[in-house]
Amino acid sequence: MTRHTLSVLVENKSGVLARVSALFSRRAFNIESLAVGPTENPDLSRMTIVVDAESAPLEQVTKQLNKLVEVIKIVELDGGAAVQRELLLVKVRAAMAERTTVLQTAELFRARVVDVNTDTVTLEATGTPDKLQALLAVLAPLGIKEMAQSGTVALGRGPRSMSGAGTLRPVDRSA
Amino acid sequence: MTTTPSESATREAAAALTGVETTARSIAESAAEPATGITGAQSLVRSLEAVGVEVVFGIPGGAILPAYDPLFDSRVRHVLVRHEQGAGHAATGYAQATGRVGVCMATSGPGATNLVTPLADAYMDSVPIVAITGQVPSAAIGTDAFQEADIRGITMPITKHNFLVTDAAEIPQRIAEAFHLAATGRPGPVLVDIPKDVLQATTDFSWPPRMDLPGYKPTTRPHGKQVREAAAMIAGARRPVLYVGGGVLKAGATEELAELAALTGAPVVTTLMARGAFPDSSPQHLGMPGMHGTVAAVTALQKSDVLVALGARFDDRVTGELSTFAPGAQVVHADIDPAEIGKNRKADVPIVGDAKETIAELVTALRAEHAAGRTPDLAAWWEQLDDWRTRYPLGYDEPEDGALSPQYVIERIGTIAGPDAIYTSGVGQHQMWAAQFIRYEKPGTWLNSGGAGTMGYAVPAAMGAKYGCPDTTVWAIDGDGCFQMTNQELATCAIEGIPIKVAVINNGNLGMVRQWQTLFYEGRYSNTRLHAQQPDGTPKPVRIPDFVALAEALGCVGLRCEAKDDVDAVIEKAMAITDAPVVIDFVVGADAQVWPMVAAGSSNDDILAARDLRPVFGDNQV
Repeated sequence: MTRHTLSVLVENKSGVLARVSALFSRRAFNIESLAVGPTENPDLSRMTIVVDAESAPLEQVTKQLNKLVEVIKIVELDGGAAVQRELLLVKVRAAMAERTTVLQTAELFRARVVDVNTDTVTLEATGTPDKLQALLAVLAPLGIKEMAQSGTVALGRGPRSMSGAGTLRPVDRSA
Repeated sequence: MTTTPSESATREAAAALTGVETTARSIAESAAEPATGITGAQSLVRSLEAVGVEVVFGIPGGAILPAYDPLFDSRVRHVLVRHEQGAGHAATGYAQATGRVGVCMATSGPGATNLVTPLADAYMDSVPIVAITGQVPSAAIGTDAFQEADIRGITMPITKHNFLVTDAAEIPQRIAEAFHLAATGRPGPVLVDIPKDVLQATTDFSWPPRMDLPGYKPTTRPHGKQVREAAAMIAGARRPVLYVGGGVLKAGATEELAELAALTGAPVVTTLMARGAFPDSSPQHLGMPGMHGTVAAVTALQKSDVLVALGARFDDRVTGELSTFAPGAQVVHADIDPAEIGKNRKADVPIVGDAKETIAELVTALRAEHAAGRTPDLAAWWEQLDDWRTRYPLGYDEPEDGALSPQYVIERIGTIAGPDAIYTSGVGQHQMWAAQFIRYEKPGTWLNSGGAGTMGYAVPAAMGAKYGCPDTTVWAIDGDGCFQMTNQELATCAIEGIPIKVAVINNGNLGMVRQWQTLFYEGRYSNTRLHAQQPDGTPKPVRIPDFVALAEALGCVGLRCEAKDDVDAVIEKAMAITDAPVVIDFVVGADAQVWPMVAAGSSNDDILAARDLRPVFGDNQV
C-alpha cells in the first residue's frame, strides 16, 4: 500500500463532508486522515484526504470523487512537490524529575509548551506525519496521558495554486 | 476559480432543459411567466410546468400536502399510485420508454423511504428520474418529528445527486438543476427534498433560473486521438466484437451503431440493458452475452482479439470470473462516465464521451482506415461464429410432465405482439426468457431492472411506459413472485385508464432461486414454494392467490391459460382488449430452467449450453 494525499476543492455546502465520507465507505476505500477547512474563497472548502491505496484503486477513488457534483477539483499532492503538515497536541507525564527531558525533547522537535502543571506538560507540534511519529516515539516511555492529532493539510510548492491563474494540473478526469 | 457558471453555460443549461421535453414545450413556455408573492408550493409546480413535466406519479401526505394544492390546478397530470415504490418504477418506465425525465413525488418519512428501492434501481440502470419529497418543517428537522426521515442522507449513495431545499427562493433553481443533472452526462435519479414550511413560504418565481453547478461538467465530446487509435485497432482486428451496453440506448445512438456495425462487419452482442439497441433480426447479432447469454455471444467475447465496449460497464453478470474474461482481447472502452473506464477491466483505448458522438466519430475514423486500404478479413471469424450459433442455438425442451412451457408462452407473446410493442419484466427466470425469446428490433421496447435486479419492477414500469406511449401495446412479463410485490398498481391502471397487459408466468415458485437450489443445493427447496402445500410438500389443489380473481378485483380483465393449445387464443384475446388492463395467469411448469448458464463466479469458458452440456469450442481454430 502507498499513501497518497488528495487535495479536494469542494463547494462549501452542508452535507458535502457526509457525501465524500460516504463515498469512501461505500466503495471500500480506506481514509487514513481527512481534514476539512475554509479556503481563500468563501464559497469553497478544501478537503485534504490521505488514502492508502495502490494506483488502480486510487484512480478509481479520484474518478468517483470527481463525479460528486459538489467536488470542483482534485489534485494529488505528494512527495517533494508539496508541503504537508499535521498538528499534534500531546499531554505528557512530566513530574519534576523528567521535566527537563520533556522540555529538551520539545526543543529538539521544535514543539511548544502550551500548558504546564505539576504532573504534566502539554506540547504543541506541527510537522510531517513522520516527524510527529518520531516525537511520539521519544515521548512514549515518559507516559503519554492524552493526545489529539489533526489530519494532514497540504499545499503544493511553487507559485501555482489549485484555483485561479496558473492552476495545478488536476487529476485526470478523462480516463 | 469561479463558483458561478458563465452566461454561456447558463444558456447551454437552459437549452438542455428545454431539450428535456418536446411535447409540452408550449405549456412550458407559458408556465415560465414570472410571478411574485406566490407560495413555495406554487413555485414548485410552476417550475415543473416550466421544465416541461407531463406527468407526476405520486402519493400525497402531510409534509408534501402544500404542493398538492397547486398541482390540483396544474396542467401537469398526477397519477395517484397505490404505493410509492410504484411511483418510482412508473417514473423509470416512463423515462425508459420515452427518453424524457420521469417524475415521482412522495411525502416525508415512510413515503420517501418507499422510494428508496426505485431510486436505487434507477441509479444502477442510469435512468433519468427526479423524485420530489416533502420533508418535516425546517424547525423540526433533527428532532425525530412525526414522519421524519433523513431522506437526503439515506439516498446519497443511490442518487446521482440530491438536494435539501432550505429557502423557497431556491426552488426554481434546484428543480432546474435536478432535471439537468438527471438528464445529462450519465443519466440518473436526483432527489429534491423540500420542508413543508419552505413549500408554505411566500416567494417569487422566474424562469429560467441561473444554475450553479461549478463541479458538474460531463465530457460528451470524445478525444479525437483516442477515436483514431480505436479505429486503427478495429481495422486491424481479426476477431472483433461490438459489446453494446445500455449507454447506447440512453444516448439514442442506435442509428450510429447500425452504421458502425455495417462498416466493420463485426459481430454485435447486446447486454440485458441494451436489448433493442441492435435488431435481433440482423445476421450480425449474436444475441445477449452474460450469465444467461447465448453460447455464441459469450464465446465470441471470450475469443475476441478486439473488444469494443460501447456504453457498457463490464458488469459481473457479463464478464463472469473477471480474471478469465476475454483473456486475449485488447479493449476499446467508450463510456460517458470516466469512472467506468478501467473500473473492472483495463482499457487499452479509453474513450470518454457520449455514445452518439463517439460512435459517429468512430465511423468517420474507420472510413479513413478503410480508405487507406486497411480492411480486415473477418471470414474465418464468421465461420467460427456461425458454427457456434448453429451448434448451440437458444432453445428449450417442452416439460416432460406435459405442463405448459414458460418459454413457449413468452415466445408467443413476442411473436403476436411483435417488435412494436413495449415489454417490461420483473426479475428472475421469466426476465431471462423474455430477454432471450422475444425478438427486439427497436430501442426503448425492452424495459427491465438490470443492475439492481428489482423484483416487482414489471407492473409499475409498464404503467409508466404506457402512460408515456399511450398508442403502444405494453406487456408486462412478470413472475408470480414478482407480481405479488407490486400488483396493487393494477388498481391505478384500471382507474386512471392505463390499459397495460400482464402475463403472469405462474410456476408457483420463486423460479430462479429454485433453479439455483436444483443446481447447487441438491434440490432442497428452502422457502421458494409460493403455492399452498400439502404436508408432503406437493401443491394443494387451491389457487392462493387466484390471479384471475385478483385481477378482476383490481378492476382488470382476468384470463387464465393452462394448455399450449390455448396460448395463442388467450394472447389474441388480451390484444383485443384495449380499454382495460388485462392479466393472464399462465399456469406453467415449475421445473423449466434458464439455459445457457455461466454459474455465478465461474469463468465464461465454463458456460453450459444446457444442464451438463458443455459446448465444444474447437479452441484455436481461428
